[in-house]
Amino acid sequence: MISLEKICRSFTVGDEKVHALRDIDLRVSDGEYISIMGPSGSGKSTLLNMIGLLDRPDSGTYRIGDEDVTLLSDRRQAEVRCHRIGFIFQFFHLVSRMTASENIELPMILAGMEPKQRRGKVEEAVEAFGLADRASHRPDQLSGGQRQRVAIARATVMQPEILLADEPTGNLDSTSGMDVINILERLNGDGITLIMVTHDHSLGRRATRQLTMVDGRIERDTVPSLSSAPGS
Amino acid sequence: MRAVDVVSFAYRAFAGHRVRTVLLFVAMAIGVGSVVVLTTLGEGARSYVVGQFSSLGTNLLIILPGRSETVGGPPPLLGITPRDLTLEDAEALLHIRGIRYSAPIIVGAAPLSRADREREVTVLGSTSHLYHIRKLQMAYGRFLPEDEALRQAAVCILGHKTKTELFGSDPALGQSLRIGEYRFRVIGVLAPMGESLGMDMSDVVIIPVASAQSLFNTSSMFRIIVEADSREIMDRAKNAVLRTIKLRHEGEDDVTVVSQDAVLATFDKIFTVLTLAVASIGAISIAVAGILIMNVMLIVVSQRRAEIGLLKALGATRQQIIVLFLTEAIIVSSIGSAFGVLLARGSVWGIEKLFPILPLQIPLWSLAVAVAIALMVGVVFAVLPAINAAKLDPVVALSRR
Ligand SMILES: Nc1ncnc2c1ncn2[C@@H]1O[C@H](COP(=O)(O)OP(=O)(O)OP(=O)(O)O)[C@@H](O)[C@H]1O
Ligand SMILES: [Mg+2]
Repeated sequence: MISLEKICRSFTVGDEKVHALRDIDLRVSDGEYISIMGPSGSGKSTLLNMIGLLDRPDSGTYRIGDEDVTLLSDRRQAEVRCHRIGFIFQFFHLVSRMTASENIELPMILAGMEPKQRRGKVEEAVEAFGLADRASHRPDQLSGGQRQRVAIARATVMQPEILLADEPTGNLDSTSGMDVINILERLNGDGITLIMVTHDHSLGRRATRQLTMVDGRIERDTVPSLSSAPGS
Repeated sequence: MRAVDVVSFAYRAFAGHRVRTVLLFVAMAIGVGSVVVLTTLGEGARSYVVGQFSSLGTNLLIILPGRSETVGGPPPLLGITPRDLTLEDAEALLHIRGIRYSAPIIVGAAPLSRADREREVTVLGSTSHLYHIRKLQMAYGRFLPEDEALRQAAVCILGHKTKTELFGSDPALGQSLRIGEYRFRVIGVLAPMGESLGMDMSDVVIIPVASAQSLFNTSSMFRIIVEADSREIMDRAKNAVLRTIKLRHEGEDDVTVVSQDAVLATFDKIFTVLTLAVASIGAISIAVAGILIMNVMLIVVSQRRAEIGLLKALGATRQQIIVLFLTEAIIVSSIGSAFGVLLARGSVWGIEKLFPILPLQIPLWSLAVAVAIALMVGVVFAVLPAINAAKLDPVVALSRR
């Protein structure tokens, strides 16, 4: 379970202070499927980065389970990022000099996993995400959809409990975008908590819980009646 | 993270960016290479000058019969002719501490003939010590034998030019020829060399001093040249020589001892300046190389800030990132320095071919200093920015603002 309490984050640009997040309160239960929508600059990415421990709040507390993760040491934070959170970026952020399978292997290398075990997992992931014939290609030899699938494979290979995606389809055409969404929803179906920022309302509406942000606040937090109630 | 993975990650990091890596290697190679080449050139120039000066005989004393006016004291009385310098005087000088070689010399001109060729040559009568004092080198054969100085051996050594004029390209060793009335056997030929101490050593015939005594029918030496162990003891040696000769000449100060004071003073000045010059060249080239490597490193690592952010997002600790960049920097810097050493060796080899007169030898210290500086600068300026980037929150490092 994730809980954010009174999370504030502001940036100073020149003389001006931009409040990207104002007193955000949010509780997310395990296995939820949440979409975050809202106008550009409303703080969606900042919130997601906060949850992914890529950024640090100015004030407020952020807990995963019972642990206040903002207070952790660098090493422990790295551990949380490594084992409990997967992050997918709009611009993929693959390491360009590495092949698809090497990119997927990277988190396991950082975690110090045995090479044998790593190879097995990479093979599984490559298979599961339909990358078998692309495993030894470098990112610049892959299509956008393939790159994002590599990124998803990399984000999930450590079997995290939380998967965060910041406009994962933002750079893709609608077909490969749908592919990616299907993969993410399948992972959610397997139990992973999925939080996805998107500009696309039709995609956002597929989530079981929909947040709308405006100007650094969560303006709306709806659970469409058709789906099951969150937090159960 | 496993050590093997660290190394292979680091390896792939620089192998995967060819242009950047080549740029780095070039910077390191030029840095290391220029330090080594410049200091080698400086050292070469220095040892060339030192060599030239020592062939001028900076630690030689020349003993002439008769007292020159500059010594001072009362002028020699009429009727007292200075005593001759003798072979025994030359022997006696060898007992002075710090004097290793003492060569008595008789010089004269005599007709030299072989078959139908005859010409006038300068004949030097001396001992085996002359070989060391004049730093002679043999083209063929050997020099005067060590212990036969006092024996009238009928052997001679030819200067290079004399040999060519007399024998052309025929072998001269073992051949006999006439000097004046006497018959001599050629036992050696000097290697070509320039003038030394104002005498053209390529156009001479050298014979044992005792043979020269009979040839020129004299017992007195033209001069005696002694060599002191080092330049530092020259003054002491000079006094000791004067004292020894005075004792042997019944208390008369009747010789003049000449050292090359003016040459020595100039030598010392030039030596100091050259040493300073070489040191400055080394220091400047090291500074330039350091700055070059530093800049390339800074550019390369700042390009990789985003990668550091990504690694953190994927769960790398600060320490892991530092270890990764440190390893990479060490590998790259080592390879770069190795290229530098190769470049230096190649350049020095080329320069040697172009200017064979320069004695070039890469000084070990310059290799060590150049490689150490390159490694240090390379590693420090790769790791410092990496440490800074690793401290940032991943999102800051990831964004390319
Ligand atoms: N590193 C930063 N420095 C300065 N200002 C920032 C920084 N990151 C975000 N901001 C500002 O914070 C606000 C929220 O940014 P954020 O990226 O969260 O918006 P967003 O909702 O993701 O927008 P978009 O839909 O365009 O991605 C914006 O006004 C943005 O300009
Ligand atoms: Mg955004």
